[in-house]
Amino acid sequence: MAISFDKALGIHQYALEARVKRAEVLANNMANADTPGFKARDVDFQAVMQRAQQAATGFEMARTNAGHMDTSSGAPDSELLYRTPHQPSVDGNTVDAQQEQTRFMRNAMDYQASFQFLNSKFSGLTKALKGE
Amino acid sequence: MSLGSIFDIAGSGMTAQSLRLNTTASNIANAETASSSTETTYRARKPVFAAIQQSLLNPDSQGLAFTGEQGPGAGVRVEGIVESQADLQMRYQPEHPAANEDGYVFYPNVNVVEEMADMMSSSRSYQMNVDIMNTAKSMMQRILTLGQQ
Repeated sequence: MAISFDKALGIHQYALEARVKRAEVLANNMANADTPGFKARDVDFQAVMQRAQQAATGFEMARTNAGHMDTSSGAPDSELLYRTPHQPSVDGNTVDAQQEQTRFMRNAMDYQASFQFLNSKFSGLTKALKGE
Repeated sequence: MSLGSIFDIAGSGMTAQSLRLNTTASNIANAETASSSTETTYRARKPVFAAIQQSLLNPDSQGLAFTGEQGPGAGVRVEGIVESQADLQMRYQPEHPAANEDGYVFYPNVNVVEEMADMMSSSRSYQMNVDIMNTAKSMMQRILTLGQQ
């Protein structure tokens, strides 16, 4: 009987991946904090996790051709949404640097949490293998 | 899509902000550069920022063509540097060596107060990008310890 890492690790590997993706989007927002007309974006974390869960249960439609449409709860970037600005700016930029920074920090914390979970999964597996 | 691209994104932000700081320094340094004609007078320079779209870098990624949607983006770039179209300052200084036949000297259209505000804004944005890079670095170092006892 082989060990299925996918089953052993559960959702945490996808969560970690989603955190990395979100960090990238937020970093891009902050890099464009002074770009006129730039619209701040964010990842809908729930949608990403739902997609990951669907993929894990294996009840999604297979795409055997590049021309096939993605039927899982939306296109690859449908969870990438635009932020509603709290106050409009003259140049059309919707990045609020402080808010983005807060979110980025929070995301980094959540990333650490996901990492911790994943790490303890691995140490659990190691313990099981050693039989201590 | 990885932690590595955060370095590129934050790096592009730092490059853009330091270029903005450069133009600010140049503008303030030349704030009092007098000249005898409107053509040769220094004009305030401003960088124009634009977002880099991932789909432009990698057109066949993810096949987003028919949704019209673009990827998360890949940082910022400086599209160019434009000269301010504001009016030049004309001062009557007949004793100035650069005065024209009517006794007028032209001074640049640099607004020093505006430039100072710009300087603060760009240095703050620069700091923010450095912070992001630091966080991404610690996230990356963290993932390298995965599975270690």
